[in-house]
Formats: sequence, structure tokens, C-alpha cells
Amino acid sequence: MDNFLEKLFGKEKKSANTAKERLKLVLIHDRTDITPGQLESLKNEIIDVISKYIHIEPNKVKINMTQEGKEHRLIADIPISSTPNRRK
Amino acid sequence: MNAKVVTISSGKGGVGKTTTSANLAVALAQENQKVVCIDGDIGLRNLDVILGLENRIVYDLVDVVEGRCRIRQAMIRDKRLPELFLIPAAQTRDKSAVSPSDMIRLCEELKDEMDWIIIDSPAGIERGFRNALAPADLVLVVTNPEVSSVRDADRIIGLVEAEEKGPAQLILNRVNPALTKRGDMLSTDDVLELLAIKLIGVIPEDESVIVASNRGQPVSFANNSKAGQAFHNTAKRMLGEEVPFMDIEANNGFINKLAKMMKFRGD
Ligand SMILES: Nc1ncnc2c1ncn2[C@@H]1O[C@H](COP(=O)(O)OP(=O)(O)OP(=O)(O)O)[C@@H](O)[C@H]1O
Ligand SMILES: [Mg+2]
Repeated sequence: MDNFLEKLFGKEKKSANTAKERLKLVLIHDRTDITPGQLESLKNEIIDVISKYIHIEPNKVKINMTQEGKEHRLIADIPISSTPNRRK
Repeated sequence: MNAKVVTISSGKGGVGKTTTSANLAVALAQENQKVVCIDGDIGLRNLDVILGLENRIVYDLVDVVEGRCRIRQAMIRDKRLPELFLIPAAQTRDKSAVSPSDMIRLCEELKDEMDWIIIDSPAGIERGFRNALAPADLVLVVTNPEVSSVRDADRIIGLVEAEEKGPAQLILNRVNPALTKRGDMLSTDDVLELLAIKLIGVIPEDESVIVASNRGQPVSFANNSKAGQAFHNTAKRMLGEEVPFMDIEANNGFINKLAKMMKFRGD
């Protein structure tokens, strides 16, 4: 949809911007030596562990790596289920 | 004298290490510095032809290391600039003929007589790169504003840091302002943000570089090309001068500020 609108208004993303976005991700994976596949397994294991204690929605979990200057961060966003399973 | 050893590296091949080594050596020598450049690309020597000194080779780096001659005998003096010397690489040997400790010993011996020792590193991250890195006081990473080159530069920056030779500084080569302007080439700001290191030079894509290599007369000998001026500015920054980045170097005013910021954080 975004792409469609961009094309419609002749505002296709500049290739330099695409290069920069792609490089950002590639460099983070290179530097931390973690492949996108490994990040996916990491996510699945985290989901398993957390699910033992809290009700979460596995398909809404997001795990990303970010960079700011020389600092790298693993950011996890794990929404808790809206129908908490309260213990009696 | 106590020479500073500067290693020119890149990871990826063909981005301009040899061009940069030759031009910085010439530019520094023109600032009345005593400079020796060492071709670290054993088996694929090129610094001799880029400097136009190929006909004067008698001994090479491997001859020195293996004791067939003294260092002095392998140093070719450039007649155009009497304070500029080249130690050529061997052409018929491979990188294993020299070790990192050989390079450290060699540079130690040269340090007393020189202001600068410039080592042209081969592409890759293997033995030749290790040899060039071992004696370095400062590593300049050459990159082009292009994805694979930037990625490889990041690897080199990491390796340099791991060997405690960091922080490396960046030379962005073959910048094409027209492409950058229309958004089809990574800008200097983009590359600095991605690599998070200090910038020391921005060299434009310039046909005179090719003419210069045909003649064996690096662009820095004359002051009439943009690339030549950019190399001179870079050399001045190496000497500690505050030289603003010129128009072709800067895509907008922001970059000078950014460069200052990086410098402030860098050392
Ligand atoms: N600023 C520039 N403008 C135009 N051409 C350039 C520029 N810099 C380098 N070149 C050209 O790019 C080619 C590669 O340059 P050079 O040999 O310096 O790269 P290198 O990194 O030393 O390569 P290698 O990894 O093989 O040692 C040469 O033909 C050179 O003339
Ligand atoms: Mg080379």
C-alpha cells in the first residue's frame, strides 16, 4: 500500500535511502554475529519461556536489534494477553 | 624523528587503497615531511606503478625481511620529491613470506629517520592485512559510498578495534556529487552514521585519477584536480590542521558539524 501510494505520487523511495536501511540491518547482524534465522529461534524460545509464566500472544511478539552510534540493543515488545488468566 | 605508522585498509578490493596511499604520501612529502610508503600487497604490487617508480626497483620488502639487503637499499627515493621513498612489494612471492613481527621490526628501524610510514594494505582480512595492521599507529579505512564496500569497511573497523589499533578513521573515496544529490548514492552523512567513526577525508570520483595512474604521477603532485585537493586536505588533517571539508566533500553544511562532532567523540 505504501509502495502503491509512493508510486502514484511519483515518490518512489530513493535508492540511497534503501541502501542505508538495508545496511543498518546488515551491519547489526554482522557486528553481533547473529543471523536473522537465529534471531527468529531466539524469539521462539523467549516466547516459550515467558508463556510458562504469563499469557502472551505469540504472533504479536516483536524482537528487534537497533543501533545508536556504537550501542546495540535487543528490543523485545511482548504484549500480554488482554484476558488475564487470574489464579484463584 | 619518530615516525607515525599509518595503515591504509579497506576489506573490499579496488576501492582506492593504493591510490590513497600514493597520494597521501605525495601530499605529506609536499608538506616537507619525510615519508616512506611500503607496498604491503606482496604478489600483486602496484604502488610502484602508481607512483611511477617501477623502473627503479632493485630490492623489495621480502629481500629486506630475508636479509638479502639492508633497508636503505630497498628504499627508492622519488626524484620529484627527495623526502619521499618507496619500499616495493615482492612480485613473485606470496604474503606468507612476511610476518606481522617482521613488519613491526622493519617499522621500528625506519621510525628514527622518517615522519610518516604509510603502509598500503592488500584487500581481504588475511595474512597481508594482518601484516599491514601489526605496526600501525593509525588505521585509515578507505570505502566507497556503496553497500558492499561500506559493509566490508565495518568488518575492518571491528577487527582494528579488536586488535586495539582503533579507533580507525574514514576516507570516503569516489564520491559522485550528482548521484548523491539525486538520492542514488549514500551521502557522507549516511556512511558516517552507519560506521560511527571519525572522518578524515572525502575524495570525489575524478577522471584525473585515471590519467594520473597512466602517467605514474599521482594527482596530488599538481593542485589542479578536485581529487588532488581533497588528498592534500586529508594530509593536512593528518598533520593536525583543521581543514574544513570542501564543497564536493560536503553534501550540505551539516556535514562539517557532524565531522567536528565525530572528532570530538573520537579522540
Ligand atoms: N577518486 C577516484 N576517482 C576515479 N577513479 C578512482 C578513484 N580512486 C580510485 N580510482 C580507480 O579505481 C581503481 C582501483 O583503485 P586502487 O588500485 O587504488 O584500489 P585498491 O583498493 O588499491 O585495489 P586492490 O584492492 O586491488 O589493491 C583504479 O583504477 C583507480 O584509478
Ligand atoms: Mg591496491
